[in-house]
Amino acid sequence: MGFARELKTAYLLRWKRRRLLFRALRKRHELRAVRNRTSCIGKRDILLFSTVRNEAVRLPHFLTYYRRLGVDHFLFVDNGSDDGTHEYLAGQEDVSLWTSEHSYRQSRFGMDWLTWLQIRFGHGHWCVTVDADEILIYPFHDSRPLSELTAWLDMQRQQSFGAIMIDMYPKGRLSENAYTPGDDPFEGLCWYDAGNYVWTYQQKIRNPSAQGGARARAFFAHIPRRAPTMSKKPLVKWNRRYAYLNSTHSVLPRRLNDVHDQSGRLTSGILLHSKFLPSVIERSRVEKERKEHFAVSSIYDDYYDAVIADPVLWTEDSVRYSGWRQFEDLGLMSRGGWA
Amino acid sequence: MSTDDRSLGVVLLVHTALERAGQVAHHWARNGCPVVIHVDRRVPRESCQAFMRAFADYPAVRFSRRLRCEWGRWSIVRATQIASELMLASFPDVRHVFLASGSCLPLRPIDDLRTYLGERPETNFIESASTEDVPWTVGGLDKERFTLRFPFSWKRQRRLFDGYVKLQRRIGYCRTIPEGILPHMGSQWWCLTRQTLSAILESPRRKEYDRYFRRVWIPDESYFQTLARIHSRNIESRSLTLTKFDYQGKPHVFYDDHLQLLRRSDCFVARKIWPKADRLYQTFLRKSSGSRRTGEPDTNKIDRIFSDAVARRTRGRPGLYMHSRFPNEGWENGLTCAPYSVFEGFGDLFQNFEAWLSRITGIRVHGHLFAPDEAEFEGGQSVYCGGLSSHPATRDRNPGQFLASLIWNMRGERQAFQYGPDDTPEIGWFMAKDPNAQISVISGAWAVSLFHSNLDFSTIRKIAALRQKAEAAHLEILRSPHTKARVRIWTMAEFMETPMDNLQMLIDEMLPRSSLRFSEAPRLASLSGFGKFLQNLKNHGMHPYLVGNFPPDNAFPGHPWPAGRPYLVK
Repeated sequence: MGFARELKTAYLLRWKRRRLLFRALRKRHELRAVRNRTSCIGKRDILLFSTVRNEAVRLPHFLTYYRRLGVDHFLFVDNGSDDGTHEYLAGQEDVSLWTSEHSYRQSRFGMDWLTWLQIRFGHGHWCVTVDADEILIYPFHDSRPLSELTAWLDMQRQQSFGAIMIDMYPKGRLSENAYTPGDDPFEGLCWYDAGNYVWTYQQKIRNPSAQGGARARAFFAHIPRRAPTMSKKPLVKWNRRYAYLNSTHSVLPRRLNDVHDQSGRLTSGILLHSKFLPSVIERSRVEKERKEHFAVSSIYDDYYDAVIADPVLWTEDSVRYSGWRQFEDLGLMSRGGWA
Repeated sequence: MSTDDRSLGVVLLVHTALERAGQVAHHWARNGCPVVIHVDRRVPRESCQAFMRAFADYPAVRFSRRLRCEWGRWSIVRATQIASELMLASFPDVRHVFLASGSCLPLRPIDDLRTYLGERPETNFIESASTEDVPWTVGGLDKERFTLRFPFSWKRQRRLFDGYVKLQRRIGYCRTIPEGILPHMGSQWWCLTRQTLSAILESPRRKEYDRYFRRVWIPDESYFQTLARIHSRNIESRSLTLTKFDYQGKPHVFYDDHLQLLRRSDCFVARKIWPKADRLYQTFLRKSSGSRRTGEPDTNKIDRIFSDAVARRTRGRPGLYMHSRFPNEGWENGLTCAPYSVFEGFGDLFQNFEAWLSRITGIRVHGHLFAPDEAEFEGGQSVYCGGLSSHPATRDRNPGQFLASLIWNMRGERQAFQYGPDDTPEIGWFMAKDPNAQISVISGAWAVSLFHSNLDFSTIRKIAALRQKAEAAHLEILRSPHTKARVRIWTMAEFMETPMDNLQMLIDEMLPRSSLRFSEAPRLASLSGFGKFLQNLKNHGMHPYLVGNFPPDNAFPGHPWPAGRPYLVK
């Protein structure tokens, strides 16, 4: 029975993936190219895909950081920004920009658009897929570029890379933390929750999934199942037949979710989450009205209200961020066999 | 010694990253070493010619006939032979020949190496271990490297390769090894004396050997290693080139962040170096600063770092759940990361048990961590170490991971908590299966708190029945053969016979190395009338059998404590 059921699941997931790809194919009409510089993508380039909306504050640091890491080309979809994001991105030499005025939610939170771009441009490349508020950290990221990580993963025959997202927050109220665009956001947002992550294994798609962190503690303690998922697969050696299933939390085919080992540890990373910059308060007000962010938005009204109230997320037990080795000591990521 | 000394020759095999290889070749040549370079045929002609032109001013740099080299095959040995022959023929002063690749980097001044070899003029440095005795290879092919045939490329024709190996195994094919040869294996990178190397190359049986090794798997790790044994007695079985392998047998790459490690290792040469490691190349290819050391290489630290990496990759950190490690149930290699103690019933029987325990032992004592309305963290905190929330919904989402996280977050400090029949039952199995748990139960002690409660008797009877049922189920788990925790169960009556001794025993077990004798006992809850209370429950059809045989008249024989007053040991 186990075998038959496995076969059936595999078959259904295969069709699920095809549906996602087809969906992306249909949604490609919602995209309009603003700057297409993809002709300068080299054969071995590392690409970064992202959907953004009003991220002018974060993008300067975001681009600087990922350029230094060794991303060769950025592919952005701008979903109706009105704060200069559009113009800023269009002016960057290594950015290709598309724009869409259509619904973020109905394009699976931007995933359909990105899937289309990945079909077109991602095939055969290592692709980073992140939001503008996510900064990827991996072991030795300060001394070894991304291309070395991907070379290592290639050598290990690992096609995807897992990272857990960590909500970073300031010591006082959210609004008290001043931030100038271009600065490292984690100078102010330097605290986090180190040991309250709960892992669930999603058998069907072979996906280890985590919930926890500051948001789960402060806003979802009474309904932990509703807390945001924190595990992601932000780095994948892409194939045009792949598709992200649920944001970047999981990928199909499901073997790509296998970023863990039964006994030992594989190499894994961290996504530093700069959500709680002061702008989050105003943004939550807007998003609460827009209802574009969650499948069932009404459940999250309390959450938006709590953020709008400008809370203090810091506690006595918060840990101050001091580099990737700390994450490794705390058991949040691992070098695996990479030394 | 000066740079006129031409006793050390270097054979350099270059495949990729020509620019770096060129830098290293210049470095060898500048320091007075004759160099013979073999450039892989697969390198395009133009880049190769540009590469060769850069050495026009160096008479002591020669280029040998180019072959197309493929990893794991004979062509690499052949290229080495050709280059070595050229070396021996063109540079008669050379006494030691050092085999290196383009991604090898000399870490110490070349003079150091020359001095080192000069002091050992007859010694051959070649790692060479008998396949009989050393299970080195990863992937299973060790002795079979020499007894099967390998006509197919592992890189390009993997299926044929694997299929042919299987076929030969099935029909029981076994090659005859040429007479007088005892297969040895070791690192590809060696340093041989002229005497040994020429003996190998000029051996009358060379044709026969070459024919045999042509079909051996990865002959570059066995050809010279085996033949050196025939032609020389003076073999130091180690490589002067530092190489590290991961758990799959692939070589590790050294990066800029390994600089200090490499510098302190005192190794002569290391590989593989990442071609873009600017700092490493800049540091180690600087014109040799006269500081001459004669020390032996010391690779302890480097060895440890890389064996740690293998351990990390293959074995988990017990009690840790994370993205890159998520064990199946039953394969955890430890459910939690450190020992902890669970006390059941003690809080009912003693009024100030938690405060007393933490005062006596100095460990972290929580209340009922799995209480229905809140996780009672030490000091009543609502958020505990690591950001654990005391909200019961969060905790009961996955009680096992909650406990594992708590133990992990506080690693280095022993923790204890209370548990009782009202608490989350799901954690029972988790604790029972965890060898780190020390579980001590006074069964039926919950009756004491009921006895002191101010409830209607009918409610008490109802609660007592529920608690007894829950505790009985819990005890059944603790007594199951699958239990790995250290469990001690007393009925309340049993415990009360020698309470001080029992407490002392638990403390000793908790803190084995401290011979802690406590002078102050916890305060016992008042038990006058308790016997009657139990009898009353019985009279209402609810037999509290988990309490044990508690005398109804309350004249408890071993009862040493005048209720309500602390007990002092003299």
